[in-house]
Amino acid sequence: MNQLLFLILFPFLAAVFMLLAPNEKARRGAGYVAAFIILAVSVYLLSTNFGEPTGYFDVRPELVDEAILAGEGLMALYIIYKSITFKKYYPLALILTQSAILVYLEINKPNANLPYNLFLDRLSLIMALIIGITGGLTCIYAFGYMRTFHERHKEVKDRTNVFFFVIFAFLSAMFGLVFSNNILWVYFFWEVTTLCSFVLIGYTKSHEAIHNAFSALTMNLLGSLAFALAILYLSTMENPVFGLDQIIFMNKAIVLLPVVLIGFAGLTKSAQMPFSSWLVGAMVAPTPVSALLHSSTMVKAGVYILVRFSPLYEGTASGEMLSLIGGITFLFASGIAVSQSNSKKVLAYSTIANLGLIVACAGVGTYEAVWAAILLIIFHSLAKCLLFLSVGTVEHRIGSRDIEDMTGLITRMPKNAVMMLIGIAGMFLAPFGMLISKWATMKAFIDSNPVLVGMVAFGSGITVFFWSKWMGKLIAVTRMHKVVEDKINTGEWAVLYTLTGLTISMCLVFPVVSHYYIEPYILEIYGKTAQLGQDNITIMLLMLAVVLLIPFSLLYYGKERKHLSPYMGGRTTTLDAKFAGSMGMQRELSLKNYYLEGIFGEHRVMSVGVPLSVLFIAIMFLFSWLQYAGVFT
Amino acid sequence: MMAHMKKSPWVIHYDGSSCNGCDIEVLASLAPHYDIERFGIIHTGNPKHADILLITGSINEQNIEVVKNIYSQMPKPRAVVAIGICALSGGVFRECYNVQGGVDKVLPVDVHVPGCAARPESIIDGIVKATAILEEKKKKMSEEKAKKEVE
Amino acid sequence: MNLLYGLAYILAAPALGGLTVGLDRIITARMQGRVGPPLLQPFYDVAKLFEKEKAVVARSQNLFVLAYVVFMAFTGMLFFSGGDFLLVIFALTLSHIFLVLGAYSANSPYSFIGAERELIQIMAFEPMILLAASGMYLVTKSFYISDIVRTQVPLVLLLPGLFLGLLYVLPIKLRKSPFDLSTSHHAHQEIVKGITTEFSGSTLGRVEIAHWYETVLLLGFVYLFFSFNPLLALIAVALTYVLELFIDNNYTRFKWALALKSAWLVALVLGMGNIALLWYYMKGL
Repeated sequence: MNQLLFLILFPFLAAVFMLLAPNEKARRGAGYVAAFIILAVSVYLLSTNFGEPTGYFDVRPELVDEAILAGEGLMALYIIYKSITFKKYYPLALILTQSAILVYLEINKPNANLPYNLFLDRLSLIMALIIGITGGLTCIYAFGYMRTFHERHKEVKDRTNVFFFVIFAFLSAMFGLVFSNNILWVYFFWEVTTLCSFVLIGYTKSHEAIHNAFSALTMNLLGSLAFALAILYLSTMENPVFGLDQIIFMNKAIVLLPVVLIGFAGLTKSAQMPFSSWLVGAMVAPTPVSALLHSSTMVKAGVYILVRFSPLYEGTASGEMLSLIGGITFLFASGIAVSQSNSKKVLAYSTIANLGLIVACAGVGTYEAVWAAILLIIFHSLAKCLLFLSVGTVEHRIGSRDIEDMTGLITRMPKNAVMMLIGIAGMFLAPFGMLISKWATMKAFIDSNPVLVGMVAFGSGITVFFWSKWMGKLIAVTRMHKVVEDKINTGEWAVLYTLTGLTISMCLVFPVVSHYYIEPYILEIYGKTAQLGQDNITIMLLMLAVVLLIPFSLLYYGKERKHLSPYMGGRTTTLDAKFAGSMGMQRELSLKNYYLEGIFGEHRVMSVGVPLSVLFIAIMFLFSWLQYAGVFT
Repeated sequence: MMAHMKKSPWVIHYDGSSCNGCDIEVLASLAPHYDIERFGIIHTGNPKHADILLITGSINEQNIEVVKNIYSQMPKPRAVVAIGICALSGGVFRECYNVQGGVDKVLPVDVHVPGCAARPESIIDGIVKATAILEEKKKKMSEEKAKKEVE
Repeated sequence: MNLLYGLAYILAAPALGGLTVGLDRIITARMQGRVGPPLLQPFYDVAKLFEKEKAVVARSQNLFVLAYVVFMAFTGMLFFSGGDFLLVIFALTLSHIFLVLGAYSANSPYSFIGAERELIQIMAFEPMILLAASGMYLVTKSFYISDIVRTQVPLVLLLPGLFLGLLYVLPIKLRKSPFDLSTSHHAHQEIVKGITTEFSGSTLGRVEIAHWYETVLLLGFVYLFFSFNPLLALIAVALTYVLELFIDNNYTRFKWALALKSAWLVALVLGMGNIALLWYYMKGL
């Protein structure tokens, strides 16, 4: 239990130190140490709980409850203050309603039977590891990044102390979220993550940043409201139940309505359609924030809660709707990613798409689906973190985040380009991580819903398209370019190398992870479990080995090969792709990717996706209400 | 070593300053009636894939670079077939202010196919002759390579 | 799974595929009123390509093409050893991605457009084949080719939509009209040789060998639909190939938008329609 408390409290203490640190040097020094400790302890947690069943822990509730109440009050006041200052009335209305519900709950304290406030099962363990590793690494990276960021953006006021305060607090909240068994606690940490992301998105205080921060806040508060309503419902039951471990095993007919409400909260937090816009807007923040939001925190909180409750969605009409929302999000967000040339936007939409897949799995809720969902969470967070951080590095060196400007990155920033390529391969190519999960997803869906299979089939074709064309830009060999990979500090390099190593090694060790952590978790809940066939694992590893070996063939291909210039219809071209144009002008060759705007344009796709997903959400609530009202079971 | 140059000569065709008569005859020899594919000949339209460069028409100031570029992009062994009187000497365009003359002014021509316009039969004959030259060139290449290895 | 069949494929498929392509060229010639090349012409071509000088635009392109061949052979081996159908599809995609990357790495206009078009074609092809695998799973309850091929159920009768859909998208991978957008075996196209423009000599020869491997693999897909009767299946495979040739010779090339939209429409209507009907039929039972 000490480790759990440590992981929740230590990042918070570190955060306070960040806020009060006398100068940048002290902050950075302490930050490196703190991030490293968080990382190390989460790995240590894994090693000490190797193969152990779920552990429950009691914490003296009164004291903590009061602290939490105070914290909630402060957060509400902060949001009210900000909303009034910026004249944003939707978040104001939402936070007031929520506060009213909480005050009501505080006055009519339900007498819930809740022996344990904290718990650690294998799902929390996996989540903690993700938060610790990707979160910790992102923190380390962020120190170097933020210094360059403020050198390049003089117009932004340097508030790095606030920045790192929030980042560490964010990690603290995430640890709290995955370790809490008490749903009131979960709710508190849920609110903290909402607030943290609000502050981080608005960090630069530009007009756009503030606007996007508030839109993120509004959508997430909408989810929190649903969450609060769910708690209200749970507390008004005959025997109020507040423990996650209890709720999971309750009769679906009784708890479906609150669980669907919490599911709705999960949808907002994991940026599913129609709420996807907040995560896309969040990219105005400095890049480490995006890495944090997309890989270790925030959106992972959303899918965590959905996966947690997914046994209850299994076989219900509401669960089916939930999975359809995930399915169309996967399909449509992948489509939009095709039409984007801004690399961070592509990453954002691909995150949304992959979360959609996880949500779809959670909605299906069978043991195979949950297994696939957990695999997706693991693989996605590593590869996505790597991608965001390497995009951030590249952006600082070449001054652009546009994919078209990354043409020939392999010659200009060879190491970074290879890292990006590995990250991208990790997102969609066999035999890398995400593909294993997509495969598991197909298998899970085919037994439960043919429509979802169709969505995955079409969506996976689309993902191949937008990732590959990005890869193509990176590996295009352009000549006469200078290498601009210097001036990247050691901290950043160390993080990037570690993440690259993890992305690859995760593919090698995932059978082990699955065997010792995911399968026992599934077994605990469903009494049976899914797994990959032994021969398929062998084949995967074989493929991986071949992929990793092939680059060595470059050694064999001797340098004696004659170099020719590309064929340009008989026009003579120079080595740096300049050719004689008309009127004696020398022109430069430039190649631009297809974006297929006519089919996958953002507005076009959203104009279909948003109404459709709103409709599904409405039906989801309708079904759960009908079930609640006893119209059908 | 068995040589397969003879059995699969792929061609690329370039038309310089000409009346397009030979140009049309080259295309005619690819059409069903003459069925050049019987000899394994394929019109690739891509120097990187081609073994034989067919040139009709004469060389002028503007296309010197183009012809050289196409030729330089063909991997060895390669052969050049000049087709028609203009490609041989400049023909009726010989006296034009911008005409340099035949193809041999810029490239080493291996086979000359006469005619105005050259007949498809003689074009096919020219290509088949060029395949024999390719074979020879290949032999020379192998010998040189062997010599290099010995050294 | 039986690795022996897989190894047999590795050894025999180039011969079989090459002969198929040779036959293809003769039949195509006859359809056009010509005599056509000798049966062994594809082998002569590849042998010649390996004798040419080794020239590149970017050295890395050879690496990608090598990966393309290796994974194409690997995919086929997986299929013929009776492996997981989904894994076969993903490995096939992987191998094509390597070809696309090879074309990208040259940074040449024609091979660039060829690469982009190839990606569009992959996007057009993938849903249909994934749906076909799913349909077969619904009937046989297994993704393993070894189980699917042993089924006594006439798959083609239960999955007619998927079969027709597969016939529709097959020209994409066979590189035949109307879907030979990214590269073509026929003379001159608007983007020279598209994706293969910058490959020459032995590299191009490898692309051709990969194509032979792939042809056999694709015909294997067709075989599965008739696997309840091996003789009938072989006849069906032959007829399918001739049908694709007929289409090849009678259709002009589609534009990319039409290719993508029509392939998706077919996958949606025939593919999803078939699966949905089958799903409710099986549930009804």
